[in-house]
Amino acid sequence: MKKKGWKDLAVGGRIDVAGNACEYETGSWRTFRPIRDEAKCNHCLRCWIYCPDSAIQVEDGKVVGIDLDHCKGCGICAEVCPPKVQAIKMVQEAELKAKEGK
Amino acid sequence: MKSVTSKTVMALTGNDAVAEAMRQINPDVVAAYPITPQTELMHKFADFVADGDVKTEFVLVESEHSAMSAAVGASAAGSRVVTATSANGLALMWEVLYIAAGTRCPIVMADVNRALSAPINIHCDHSDSMGARDAGWIHLHSESSQEAYDNMVQAVRIAEDRSVMLPVMVCLDGFILSHTLEPVEILDDKTVRDFIGEFKPVHNLLDTDKAITFGPLDFHDYYFEHKMPQVVAMKNAFKVIDDVAREFEKISGRKYTHVEGYLTDDAERVVVLLGSTCGTAKMVVDDLRAKGEKVGMLKVRTFRPFPYKDVRRALSGARAVAVLDRSHSFGAQGGPVSLEVRSALYHHASVPLKNYIYGLGGRDVSGDQIVQAFEELKAVAASGKSSDELGFLGVRE
Repeated sequence: MKKKGWKDLAVGGRIDVAGNACEYETGSWRTFRPIRDEAKCNHCLRCWIYCPDSAIQVEDGKVVGIDLDHCKGCGICAEVCPPKVQAIKMVQEAELKAKEGK
Repeated sequence: MKSVTSKTVMALTGNDAVAEAMRQINPDVVAAYPITPQTELMHKFADFVADGDVKTEFVLVESEHSAMSAAVGASAAGSRVVTATSANGLALMWEVLYIAAGTRCPIVMADVNRALSAPINIHCDHSDSMGARDAGWIHLHSESSQEAYDNMVQAVRIAEDRSVMLPVMVCLDGFILSHTLEPVEILDDKTVRDFIGEFKPVHNLLDTDKAITFGPLDFHDYYFEHKMPQVVAMKNAFKVIDDVAREFEKISGRKYTHVEGYLTDDAERVVVLLGSTCGTAKMVVDDLRAKGEKVGMLKVRTFRPFPYKDVRRALSGARAVAVLDRSHSFGAQGGPVSLEVRSALYHHASVPLKNYIYGLGGRDVSGDQIVQAFEELKAVAASGKSSDELGFLGVRE
């Protein structure tokens, strides 16, 4: 996307749309990706409670996935997953990208 | 005064005069914190609020940082905002000054010039407003309480002009102007109301139909671009300040522009000054002229944007110029005004200059000090070269 020149900008650095921060893929900053083992997960939702980016996706009280567009790979989810459950592992993003052929 | 129905001359202090202007401007929001010598200005305005003379939402905040933050928030929400401060109060809101300018909030603020600590000093010098000269605000300096009143009224129109949309600081010397009585002509309420007009906000966070995100983040790929409109706005301000002054002359009979030359046309030696000291200097010029000395004084009203063309025009014919700064930029060749004047003249006029610092911390400025500057300019004129030596007027060795 061609970047705007200064003459095309809204006044005062304003964005003339509300709440579009979600369009910015902060997930691209990730160096570790959380991998959740569906079989081990008991849907206690502690990861959802503690995620600073609201990246744990929940439907009907069950964890259904992780929003990789916004997950920054901080590892808090893996950290708070109960010791007896340990359903989340942090894996090198570069490793996973290589496997995915990206 | 609860209401002024026709032009009236009143005995007012500078603080009273600014408070009167604020009453007539009747801003939507005022957020302020007290600091000497601004305090009585806010007391007076608080009385107007308590008595129901204004519709203003008066927010009593816990610090000046909060005052300017609340001012920006209110401005972003579509309010006409006015506030006032001094010295370390201005310093405390320093980061938010840049934010107000960067987000293009047309806030008007009276800065009752007072020296910055340390040592703690409550008296007049220009270190406070000069310390904020890079923040992107328009700076207007007042020689008298009349000018402070007039500047406040004009400031609203200057700030809100669509081609400007920058916050404006109206400077008046602490104690010298803020606390001394002067006959000030107050225009009638309706004239001021009509002059400033209804506020038409550019930012309106409360307009949920036109949702905006105010004050967002930039990375290295856009910050520079976002600074350019501020450059343009400052440039536009030159014309807008003059246009507003022309309109103001029609309602007041008083003329304003960026600089005022006092007997500078044929002057051989000129002193350049800002604020109340200009009054003292005019007296000195008169006295010396009576003795046959061809001297003059250049008063700078608009400090930001700096009127380099007007200064060049006014000073080019002189044989020597002394720039007197009521603040210093430690480590620089001279005070802020001297650096601007040198820059304006560089390669455009070969007028020998000498920089002086005077009046720090409210040091009384006697006519003798200005006479001293004029005296020393004789040697500067004779040498034909600018002096590298920074002079200090009125300090004990």
